[in-house]
Amino acid sequence: MLIPHPLLGPRDAQEFTYLGDASLLSRPDPDAPDAVDAFCDYVFLRDNPAGVHKELWYHEQGDRSWLVVIRNTVTHEVLGAELATDVMRAKGAT
Amino acid sequence: MTRLSGGLIDRSAPLNFTFNGKSYQGFAGDTLASALFANGVRLVGRSFKYHRPRGIVSAGSEEPNGLVTLGHGARQTPNTRATMVPLFEGLEARSQNHIGPLGFDMMAVNDLAAPLLSAGFYYKTFMWPKAFWEKLYEPAIRRAAGLGALSGQPDPDEYDRGYLHPDVLIIGAGAAGLIAALLAGRAGVDVVLADEDARMGGRLLAEGGVLNDTPAPDWVAGVLAELASLPNVRLMPRTTVFGVYDHGIFGAVEQGADPLIGPRETLWRITAKQAILASGATERHIPFANNDRPGILLSGAMRAYANRWAVTPQGAATDRIAIFTNNDDGHRTALALRALGQPVFAVIDTRNDARSLGDYTTHEGAVVSDTMGRKGLRAIEVTQGDRSTWYECGVLGVSGGWNPNVHLASHHRGRPHWDENRLCFLSEDAPQGLHIAGAAAGQGSTEAALKSGLSAARAALKTLGVKVPRMTLPQANSEPDQISAFWHVPSRSRAWVDLQNDVTVKDLKLAHQENMAPVEHLKRWTTLGMATDQGKTANVTALAVMAELTGKTIPETGTTIFRPPYTPVSLGVLGGGDTGVHFRPRRLTPTHHWADARGAVFVEAGAWMRAQYYPTPGETHWRETVDREAAAVRAGVGICDVTTLGKIDVQGADAGAFLDRIYANMMGTLKPGKVRYGLMLREDGQLYDDGTCACLAEGHYVVTTTTANAGLVLQRMEFASQCLWPELDVSLISTTDAWAQIAIAGPKSRELLARFVDDFDLSNDAFPFMGCAALTICKGLRARLFRISFSGELAYELAVPARYGHAVMARLMEEGADLGVTPYGTEALGVLRIEKGHATANEITGQTTAAMLGLGRMVSAKKDSIGAVMSRREGLVDETRRLVGFVPVDADDPVVAGAHLFAPDAPQDLAHDQGWITSACYSPHVGSMIGLGYIESGADRTGEEVIAANPLEGQHIRMKITSAHFVDPEGERLRD
Amino acid sequence: MTFSGFRVIKEALTGHRGWGPLWRTPDPQPEYDIIIIGGGGHGLATAYNLARTYGKQRIAVLEKGWLGSGNIGRNTTIIRSNYLLPGNQPFYELSMKLWENQEQDLNFNSMVSQRTILNLFHSDGQRDAYRRRGNTMHLTGAGGTLLGADELRQIAPYLNFDNARFPIKGALRQERAGTARHDGVAWGYARAADRLGVDIIQNCEVTGFEIEQGRVTGVETSRGCIGAAKVGVAVAGSTSRVMQMAGLRLPIESHVLQAFVSEGLKPTVPGVITFGAGHFYVSQSDKGGLVFGGDIDGYNSYAQRGNLPVVEDVIEGGMAIMPMIGRARLLRSWGGIMDMSMDGSPIIDRTPIEGLYLNAGWCYGGFKATPASGRVFAHLLATDTPHETATAFRLDRFARGYVIDEKGAGAQPNLH
Repeated sequence: MLIPHPLLGPRDAQEFTYLGDASLLSRPDPDAPDAVDAFCDYVFLRDNPAGVHKELWYHEQGDRSWLVVIRNTVTHEVLGAELATDVMRAKGAT
Repeated sequence: MTRLSGGLIDRSAPLNFTFNGKSYQGFAGDTLASALFANGVRLVGRSFKYHRPRGIVSAGSEEPNGLVTLGHGARQTPNTRATMVPLFEGLEARSQNHIGPLGFDMMAVNDLAAPLLSAGFYYKTFMWPKAFWEKLYEPAIRRAAGLGALSGQPDPDEYDRGYLHPDVLIIGAGAAGLIAALLAGRAGVDVVLADEDARMGGRLLAEGGVLNDTPAPDWVAGVLAELASLPNVRLMPRTTVFGVYDHGIFGAVEQGADPLIGPRETLWRITAKQAILASGATERHIPFANNDRPGILLSGAMRAYANRWAVTPQGAATDRIAIFTNNDDGHRTALALRALGQPVFAVIDTRNDARSLGDYTTHEGAVVSDTMGRKGLRAIEVTQGDRSTWYECGVLGVSGGWNPNVHLASHHRGRPHWDENRLCFLSEDAPQGLHIAGAAAGQGSTEAALKSGLSAARAALKTLGVKVPRMTLPQANSEPDQISAFWHVPSRSRAWVDLQNDVTVKDLKLAHQENMAPVEHLKRWTTLGMATDQGKTANVTALAVMAELTGKTIPETGTTIFRPPYTPVSLGVLGGGDTGVHFRPRRLTPTHHWADARGAVFVEAGAWMRAQYYPTPGETHWRETVDREAAAVRAGVGICDVTTLGKIDVQGADAGAFLDRIYANMMGTLKPGKVRYGLMLREDGQLYDDGTCACLAEGHYVVTTTTANAGLVLQRMEFASQCLWPELDVSLISTTDAWAQIAIAGPKSRELLARFVDDFDLSNDAFPFMGCAALTICKGLRARLFRISFSGELAYELAVPARYGHAVMARLMEEGADLGVTPYGTEALGVLRIEKGHATANEITGQTTAAMLGLGRMVSAKKDSIGAVMSRREGLVDETRRLVGFVPVDADDPVVAGAHLFAPDAPQDLAHDQGWITSACYSPHVGSMIGLGYIESGADRTGEEVIAANPLEGQHIRMKITSAHFVDPEGERLRD
Repeated sequence: MTFSGFRVIKEALTGHRGWGPLWRTPDPQPEYDIIIIGGGGHGLATAYNLARTYGKQRIAVLEKGWLGSGNIGRNTTIIRSNYLLPGNQPFYELSMKLWENQEQDLNFNSMVSQRTILNLFHSDGQRDAYRRRGNTMHLTGAGGTLLGADELRQIAPYLNFDNARFPIKGALRQERAGTARHDGVAWGYARAADRLGVDIIQNCEVTGFEIEQGRVTGVETSRGCIGAAKVGVAVAGSTSRVMQMAGLRLPIESHVLQAFVSEGLKPTVPGVITFGAGHFYVSQSDKGGLVFGGDIDGYNSYAQRGNLPVVEDVIEGGMAIMPMIGRARLLRSWGGIMDMSMDGSPIIDRTPIEGLYLNAGWCYGGFKATPASGRVFAHLLATDTPHETATAFRLDRFARGYVIDEKGAGAQPNLH
């Protein structure tokens, strides 16, 4: 597979380490009253869709950036990739 | 001899080879198959199940019968298709899968027992008595099964690996592929043209036609010459593209050009923007009674042997030749052989309206209904209506139509669809960027192949945004093929569908009778299509026969899709040559060569090699050495390279706040010049790494990790920094390789170190335990010093730029000679840390918690950190197992890691299992073996006796629970 | 019809006219007592056990494709009971005991072959971990032996002892481990279940659940609605997709695992061997092919196909321990979709929806579990209590903090 790195262009997926669903960006509030339940959902439960999936890839043998890649889990087609920091900053802005 | 005139062989270059020990001669340009035919050798092997005599049936990579073992000794290569081996001087080939000589295979008795060996018979028997399966039945089946044999010796050859990134990859160098390469090459884009054959040209080399009045082989030579002259075109003969992977990545294997020079094979990973599949088509046969005899070939293969290699498959020059066909292409073979003066006496055509195209008899509406000749065809029975006649016949060509080679197009699991006019499967759902051309797209005539090759290349160039050059196509054969749907000749005898695996029409009928008709059940029940050709010669025919049996259409019956590899690929090349000691890179510490020169024994520590111990003259056992090294640290001073521990430099205005979230314990309060031990949890609350964190200056920290987790910790810190808290100002970099780090441990370590530091006060007050500093040593060499201890003794870790590690180690030895400075390795390091009760990977397994280490209170409840919330779950809170020490009740008894712990009178089963021993060693300090381990309610069981059960090795040892700290439990020495 | 050697001979002499269908092709009834979704090994074994062991009737197995088309039809056929943790080992030892009587129970030769497994180790730490594991095995009667390098060399001289990056220091051996003919296992259960009256309905895809007031009453399928008092789901690889129709999110990701087979070879590797310093496991089939595999590709996938880097990685591992296989050729590779759970262990439990039961999360170890999975899932469906060997496989173990994490990798499915 090729991952379209937003800064470095298409890179072989072998340079990356895969983590999983990009919902891991949404760490729950540790001070909320139901924090343990929220963390259990966050850490353990997944939508695991057959289709479009937002997911986290780490350019371990590259620039060490974390990317949010949009990829179809049925066809493996990659529909886009962004730096995780950009995604987080955009989230913070809204 | 049956060598004809003409052909593309070099008669000036004779080559000697042997088959089953007998010497023969062929020519350069021959394959092993054509050379065998030229020498009248038709019997080359035995079938898988019935051990029927078999000859070569094809001229290509689909060959199911002609499998031989090449070479001898460690280079012995089984299951090699004779049709794909370019002949070379000294080639040695042997037939395989028979007991006794090829002509008198003892296993042929299976053929007589054929009624017993029906499809799926083994699922129905061999069940009684129970023990006989492993002892009797299975070994017998295994001995009989298999094809060729491995030598059992390591493969001595070299393999290589390479990467290509063309704009266009063209697979197959026949008419369609060549013209596509020419257009793309002239357009100036980067082109790779790959073909499995040693000689490019595809069927153009086999057909003997003309293009623009130029004989096809000459036209091919002209095109290849132009392509070779273009710097943007790479020609790759002997290269099989075996798999289509995601995003335009193809796997290919190139055979070495010379069997004696260079890598045997090279694995290419080809990343192409566009690709053209011009892989041609494979002829299919028509099952009829006893259709498997040597001398019965695919008709198109016979044409190839005659035109390209100037041979026929006759046993003797007088052998008469016939063709059995359901289409026009069979007649082409008759014409070609007649033109070469061969005794073609008849074409048996299933079509009622068939006509001769030349000077031979055509039996229209007729079939071949049986054959004779055990080791080579002697006669055929032709049936026309209800009249059957036997004819003497030595060679029979069979043509059942052509199957486009759409295999690569369905590697992404796209299903081919059935084309009712062409009677074949065509690709409908090819991977993105893959264009199909030529016979692979059902465009069989030369003219059609050229046209479709050109249009595929145009489409590829347009997608690339490249201007398409003008090109006119040469004039070529454009006869369309007429074909009728005729799939098999019904018979009471066996008619083979899958030749290698001995699947007959009868087996298909039985599978239908047993409700195993769905195509995937059919394949698994009968082993259809599971042979080395993966159904290339059998699957479509079998589908058609099954359709007939079930009264369904072929598409209703099923399709077959294909999986990589296209043809079998050697494991050696897929391993890419990274074998033996080169399996993985070796990371060497900065003092590796120094240690090596001192005679150190090394041990693998992940990717690193570390000095395990340093034997001195007279020491006869590793334990002797390790005891000495450990004792030296406790009594004097030892030095040890600890560079392999991960070092992560953390800088930024928010570095302290960041580390507070990374570590379970408080870290942000750490002051410059101080070091603190820290625990890292996963978000699920489990402990996964520990180490120290040193604050070198405001906003500048050095985090150390265990050797094994250096990469993982950095990954998770980057995740925290980029994905969880991007608002924090923090930068991370690994400095593991930048600094050589040397532990200097023992009561005399301060004295030794004092001889190195430049104007630095090492006194306990000025530089106490858990202090750190940037300083210079040896009159100006910049260094970092940490007062931390793994051994429990007064100790330091000294870091210097990696390139000075070797020199500093040597100087420490020189300057400390009078102090008895002793280098120690990982074994002594392990002894010292077990004696002190420090955890390593044996204790921190990813299944353990901070509480299990007795460090539960370090998980701060006052702040958020990764894992803090989840560590409050019931199962983690209720955990009572704790790390404790163990000594044997009888001091002579062994302590072994991996033993399970039981109360002395408890039954030894899982329900009463209380824990296990994690680490063990002989302790020179204690004077017996000691262990660390986890045990239930371990916090308050000191002094209790338990059993360490090791039933695996028949040991049951009485142990006493102690503190995990065997040495200096109060920690006075390291603060001294 | 009972299968036997005698029967095979009789049929051979009479032209095989007597063989009948291995199973019926029934149309679905309007309702059943128990519906099992998934006609793979686990689903078929569950149906067989419900009918045979627990005496249940009116059972249907619904399969969206052809029976045995999931991971039972595409695995590396290894059976073993050599687990480390108490939550797992008793279950897998039950499975091994059931394997040992498989042919006689089912009257079908699934070719269970106890040809031993050797788990190689390459460091002292690995040896210690294997000793701990071997002792867990002994505590459940599973047997096992710890071999040093010299003993191992006697048994497997073809391993790379002399030129290895990670020298082989020994192996944990389980003599009772081995292989079974994977398709034969599915067919054996299908035929036996069918003979007990279970309706196996192929080409019948479940498209939804009928749930009334928190209780399942049936399923919607491509062949109409079918009522059921209880529904068991055993659809490894598709678990999230199916359970999502019941509104449940699970601690599961779907990943692709590739597996490989070489051309047929004369006997060369007698048992099962696993590499300890890379990921590679291999055995040789009765037909002669080397059957092997390694790591999952590592990214979420439902594609049933993988990529080249893992192909290379797996075969590098093979070449590292057995350099003699370099001259053998890869014949076929394929990809299966694995239910990768968050702790690497399975889930066999009731769900928050009454009457809906789940059997999932097998990662890439489900084949060996087939007989026990069928037994304990049937036990749960029949009695509403977990089987004594499967009490740890609960759905709430994640939230409560009782994970069964053999590798200690944490909640990252692609590391298990």
